[in-house]
Amino acid sequence: MTDNKNDLIEYLLRLGDNAMINGQRLCEWCGHAPALEEEMALMNVALDLVGQARNWYEYAAELLADGRDADQLAFTRDERDFRNTLLVEQPNGDYAVTTAKLFLFDAWHLHTLQALSASKDERIAAIAAKALKEATYHLRRSGEWVERLGDGTEESRQRMLAAIDELWRFTGDLLAGDAIQQRLATAGIAADAEAVASAWQATVEQVFGAASLPVPQPASYFYLDGKRGLHTEHLGILLAEMQFLQRAYPGATW
Amino acid sequence: MYAQLVETGVKRVKSLEEMTPEERAFQERIDAEIKIEPKNWMPDAYRQTLIRQISQHAHSEIVGMLPEGNWVTRAPTLKRKLQLMAKIQDEAGHGMYLYSAMETLGADRDEEIEKLHAGKAKYSSIFNYPTLNWADMGAVGWLVDGAAIVNQVVLQRTSYGPYSRAMIRICKEESFHQRQGYEILLTMMRHGNQAQKDMVQDAINRLWWPALMMFGPSDADSPNSAQSMAWKIKRMSNDDLRQRFIDQTVPQLEFLGCTAPDPDLKWNEERGHYDFGQINWQEFYDVLKGNGPCNRERIATRRKALEDGKWVREAAVAHAAKRQQKQNAA
Repeated sequence: MTDNKNDLIEYLLRLGDNAMINGQRLCEWCGHAPALEEEMALMNVALDLVGQARNWYEYAAELLADGRDADQLAFTRDERDFRNTLLVEQPNGDYAVTTAKLFLFDAWHLHTLQALSASKDERIAAIAAKALKEATYHLRRSGEWVERLGDGTEESRQRMLAAIDELWRFTGDLLAGDAIQQRLATAGIAADAEAVASAWQATVEQVFGAASLPVPQPASYFYLDGKRGLHTEHLGILLAEMQFLQRAYPGATW
Repeated sequence: MYAQLVETGVKRVKSLEEMTPEERAFQERIDAEIKIEPKNWMPDAYRQTLIRQISQHAHSEIVGMLPEGNWVTRAPTLKRKLQLMAKIQDEAGHGMYLYSAMETLGADRDEEIEKLHAGKAKYSSIFNYPTLNWADMGAVGWLVDGAAIVNQVVLQRTSYGPYSRAMIRICKEESFHQRQGYEILLTMMRHGNQAQKDMVQDAINRLWWPALMMFGPSDADSPNSAQSMAWKIKRMSNDDLRQRFIDQTVPQLEFLGCTAPDPDLKWNEERGHYDFGQINWQEFYDVLKGNGPCNRERIATRRKALEDGKWVREAAVAHAAKRQQKQNAA
């Protein structure tokens, strides 16, 4: 494992940051959802995701062993250090954008966690096995909403099409692997990016098919890369809000 | 108290002799502590009073998500963020639970929410105060949920079965939130720096009196209480509940090492209770009438959520109909 330690830390931060930033965006919905049931569901999903982020961060913090704990990883790193995929940092938009964002991520998340549940790293396998149960619920929920909105009224269909059009370009970043992930996958620790991408494609085709939504052509590379800390301009502002108390009162106990 | 001023529409409580046979049978059932259930006969005024009270209570849960939602994106640690999310989620659940209880009385959830948005239905005045620092999340849990629990514990014995059962379920979760809220403040007072301690005292200074107002007007100005008590919808008077809350809260305040913004607060050996200062009733009625610090923002937020979500709800309905059609055709 020592050979892979730096790779592993990077990979854990990606998993943690994806869950964290996605959860943070969902928190913004609090009090603004289209129905009470959705208030509950969105906060429920957010709660799952932030809980998962904490688990990944805790493991990363142990490996880092530089005195930082899970909270410091979440609240004191800057945007160039965040490793989340570009998709999850996108603004919530209307309910179609949020739904499409969640669905595209959930499909990737589910297949990733399925693979990670069989990781040779026992800690990863255990965290993934727990998260997988939650992600299964998330995907069922967001998939059903893609169907409802895609095959609901003319307005909801138009909004869904617009949302997919807006977000699809970020799926290239979502699905792309890199050398770090490849090395870890070869060692049986991380998910194989290509395998996840093809499972993701199948899930998207199935749900879009049921919603009678066209599946766009694969997204091309975007010249930004969340995994390397090259983000859109949305992340910095999100972090300014999320991290404000830890930044204003460094080292305080809450 | 989440429903702090509920009109009964009744000027004077009838004696048993003045009642019709139906009314008398109903009152005797109440007096015998037998719960009223949805299919039982009940006076129309009882039904309407309960609809007003339970909907007010439900609205309070929903509007009450907003002052906390204000800090959920800014919670300082992962643990605190998770706690706050769980709490807000519970509140949405309480709201739904209470709307269901209200619907057993023949009221319609959407219509009642419409009244809320039109400013015709009330919700607890406390949620019209802004949350200005992180300690407010602790103070809201401790003081606001604390005041709600004092009220709700008694309402577990309210005469209408579905409401009483809702209260039993809700109280379990609320007590958990209250302890978490207190722990937030305790952590800041015990392990925090001076700025954090100042936040705690500031939160208490701002929320202390509004929390006391949650119990409603003083008994002398509670014309609706007598009938609510006779129907056993209410089981204790506003002032008695308020006194109970103060008596149990002041020792907790002292344990924190904080003070109440009330120079008249002191233990009265003779009464066995704390004496406390005069509530600003002008402020109470102003806030209740819609002229508090956040009334406009709260209602505007809820109204906007409902309006922005209209197309989503329409899509869900249209999709369900399509699905049904396909099923029927198959």
